[in-house]
Amino acid sequence: MKRRDFLYNSGLGVGSLLLPATGLFAKTVPLDQPWTTVDTADRKRMADIALNAAKSKGATYTDVRIGRYLNQFVVTREDKVQNIVNTESYGMGIRVIANGAWGFAATDNMTNDSIAKAAALAVSIAKENSRLLKEPVQLAPQKGYGEVSWKTPIKKNAFDVPIKEKVDLLLNVNGEAMKAGANYITSLTFLVNEQKYFASSEGSYIDQDIHRVWPAFFITTIDSATGKFETRNSLSAPSGMGWEYMDARPEDKIHSATTLYNKSYDMLEDAKAAGRQTGEKLKAKSVEPGKYDLVLDPSHLWLTIHESVGHPTELDRVLGYEANFAGTSFLTLDKWQSKKFNFGNKLINIKADRLQPGSLGAMGYDDEGVKCGEWDLIKDGILVNYQVIRDQAHILGLKQSQGCCYADSWSDVQFQRMPNVSLQPGKEKKSVDDIIKGVEKGIYIVGDGSFSIDQQRYNFQFGGQLFYEIKNGKIAGMLRDVAYQSNTQEFWNSCAAIADARDYRLGGAFGDGKGQPPQSNSVSHGAATARFNGINVINTARKI
Amino acid sequence: MKKVLSYSKSEECEVNLNGSDNGNIRYALNSVSTSGGISQNQLVVQSAYGKKSGVATINEFDDASLEKVVKRSEELAKLAPDNPEYVSILGPQTYESDSKTFEAATAAIDAKFRADQVQKSLQIARDNKLTAAGFLENSAGFAAMMNSKGLFAYNTSTNVNFNVTLRTAESTGSGYAIRGYTDVNKLDVAAATQIAAKKATGSAGAKAIEPGKYTVILEPAAGMVLLEQLIFNLDARQAEEGRSFLSKADGKTKQGEKIVDERVTIYSDPHNADLPTSVWTGDGRPQEKINWINKGVVENLYYSRYWAQKKNVKAIPGPDSFIMNGGTSTLEDLIKSTEKGVLVTKLWYIRSVDPQTLLQTGLTRDGTFYIENGQIKFPIKNFRFNESPVIMLNNVDAFGIPERIVSTESNTHALIPPMKLRDFTFTSLSDAI
Repeated sequence: MKRRDFLYNSGLGVGSLLLPATGLFAKTVPLDQPWTTVDTADRKRMADIALNAAKSKGATYTDVRIGRYLNQFVVTREDKVQNIVNTESYGMGIRVIANGAWGFAATDNMTNDSIAKAAALAVSIAKENSRLLKEPVQLAPQKGYGEVSWKTPIKKNAFDVPIKEKVDLLLNVNGEAMKAGANYITSLTFLVNEQKYFASSEGSYIDQDIHRVWPAFFITTIDSATGKFETRNSLSAPSGMGWEYMDARPEDKIHSATTLYNKSYDMLEDAKAAGRQTGEKLKAKSVEPGKYDLVLDPSHLWLTIHESVGHPTELDRVLGYEANFAGTSFLTLDKWQSKKFNFGNKLINIKADRLQPGSLGAMGYDDEGVKCGEWDLIKDGILVNYQVIRDQAHILGLKQSQGCCYADSWSDVQFQRMPNVSLQPGKEKKSVDDIIKGVEKGIYIVGDGSFSIDQQRYNFQFGGQLFYEIKNGKIAGMLRDVAYQSNTQEFWNSCAAIADARDYRLGGAFGDGKGQPPQSNSVSHGAATARFNGINVINTARKI
Repeated sequence: MKKVLSYSKSEECEVNLNGSDNGNIRYALNSVSTSGGISQNQLVVQSAYGKKSGVATINEFDDASLEKVVKRSEELAKLAPDNPEYVSILGPQTYESDSKTFEAATAAIDAKFRADQVQKSLQIARDNKLTAAGFLENSAGFAAMMNSKGLFAYNTSTNVNFNVTLRTAESTGSGYAIRGYTDVNKLDVAAATQIAAKKATGSAGAKAIEPGKYTVILEPAAGMVLLEQLIFNLDARQAEEGRSFLSKADGKTKQGEKIVDERVTIYSDPHNADLPTSVWTGDGRPQEKINWINKGVVENLYYSRYWAQKKNVKAIPGPDSFIMNGGTSTLEDLIKSTEKGVLVTKLWYIRSVDPQTLLQTGLTRDGTFYIENGQIKFPIKNFRFNESPVIMLNNVDAFGIPERIVSTESNTHALIPPMKLRDFTFTSLSDAI
């Protein structure tokens, strides 16, 4: 059975994460193979074959992506290694405009003849489809950059770290969690390296080397007397970093009701805490439903931002291109045109970018050769912009694309995908403790859990990993069976405080899904701890 | 594959060979948007020495490449740590006769066929002054496996999926249809688009009614995404380890117990004429007719080969699809027999809230209607629900005639009936259309 995953679903555990990420046709490569890139001159030669072949068949625009996608999984459970896999996927995607319509074809056979045939197929598909076109594709102007390159600024290439070191770490993590009371634990390290070469008929030849890392665990603890069980997932953030993310630097720790992590992660410490906390969750008070002031940690809030801000500001949804699958958006163009749609209150400033160091979305250029930047989506609570690619820029009167085009593989066509979308920290000096102190009846939520939102992004429901009751400005113990429901605009207008920049942290996911056939995108969301007043909390306990 | 095995020097070697040709076309705003074609083949070789195993894959098929991939998998196996859960490969198996999973007409679909179908769908949208977005994809593929203990299995398959959303000009109404078949001759793009058009027009101007518990009629597209959660969670190991909705306090499971209404029977059968599936699984085990839930009782759970060996039971694999028995009523009959209720045509963004109770949340989408005195009275605004398929199947009022459906969440195919259920829990309203 295949499962589409919009975001990795903690409830489904590891299987749902691994399968879509590797793909049926990813190649496994030996564990000891050196992680070299394909020669740039060779890629330029192959790209030129495609560009010339497409032009000779009648394409008026062509871009070529030669991609080598490497993943590494090391997966353990309790005291054993379950899986160690290196995968490689290598091939070329060719996108053309002919007769005003898009066409796309991909091949993993990199001979001159096969490349030329794929280019010709892309042109013939474009011509076949042009009869169903209402108006020709309009591309925002984009100058060619010539031969340029970009690389994630990693300190330690995670692929170079010996497998044994990763296995030892994970088995230690499992041991610590079980010593602390966990019955079961699955832990993993997941690495991504996208080696992408982009070439266009406009004269760009862009070589990029992108790295990402994610250490994670999933713990279950069972109360054998009652048969009840509780789970807790790691509080790590998938990051656009190398193995330095595992450095567990003291200055990257935030000591709150539990320990939280910023630019590096202490996996052993978090596992120990999680083992203990699942036991506490089993004994915790079941929440009384009603209105609460919520204090949301960035390890939780990133997902609320993703669903309620990231998705509705995607211009392809706004226009209707995702109407049949991922949905449309309540942030219609008239709201943007009015320049006064109060998405949130004045505290809410949200930026989009592909620049933040350590973020999953960081890259030099997008998948249609546009240099990446940063821009406002929500300014002082008002909707001011969207996420745009080249064939949409004219709709907003923009002179150029914002660089939001991405494909998850050489074999899939690139389209509008979410960059990092981040809530800006508060301007007043305010710590997490300062925020909690002001709350009379509230819940402090840490970590992401169950998530669901409607297709226009109004009504959402979120769970979490840890829920702490706040009574009269103090943490009063743990709660369970908590989920909150709200409406996007009401929620962002209920924001009462945002901690300052000292508390700003990134969260994110690899599996942001959209498109038919579905593709996944990696994206981070920054935030500082924030308070939202009077949110509806439900109790999720049931009897079966 | 024989040649690949002839290069093997390991204690055990298993070869899987798969390939497929896929094509797709996508449209939105009454115009084509993206489309593509991809053709790929893949050879997977697993070698093992004792409890050490390694896997390598390749998509080149000359003799040198075949030899290289075998050698790579052997090197990997030697480097890998012992896996205590490794189970020796299967010997020759007896499979039932092939089921009809391949249709030549589906394999023959080309870009022109796809564009012609989309043209029909777009014409219906324009005739009804609606805006269409849709997707048509087809695939034809094969799977084969052979191993050093003499197992051999082979299967070919085809598939075509179509889904479409039509929206009114001012986005006040939305309707959806989804179809999936082995044989493209069963696909009627125009008829499916007409149904979506009717739902789009009929759902315009929806009224809000209070959230709460309602009798609902779930059309198959809506019921599927909840029923599949039940099937996905029938894993024996999860249940026996104490972390599933089937786990009990004393370390036992609910296998053999009645957990839902006695009218609920769910099984899988590779030979069902309306839903043919492969007679073997990816690891070589036979797929046979299996009752999962029989008259409300959990009859079978599925096992990995490791867990079955440890528990000394038959290693029943998880199914490729499932079939739920229904009744003889049409959807219209179910509506006619309803005094007050809600017709749900699609559910969206289903997520697990609590694995212990299988509680799911999600929302209605693309056409929700209020029923009174046996008639659809008016369209209603969408709801969020929080409901467990286990609770839902204890509140059965009636089932209709099963039909083939594709999950909008997982792409799994199934044969399931429309379901009329009491006390389905809607927890809040959504403004989404």
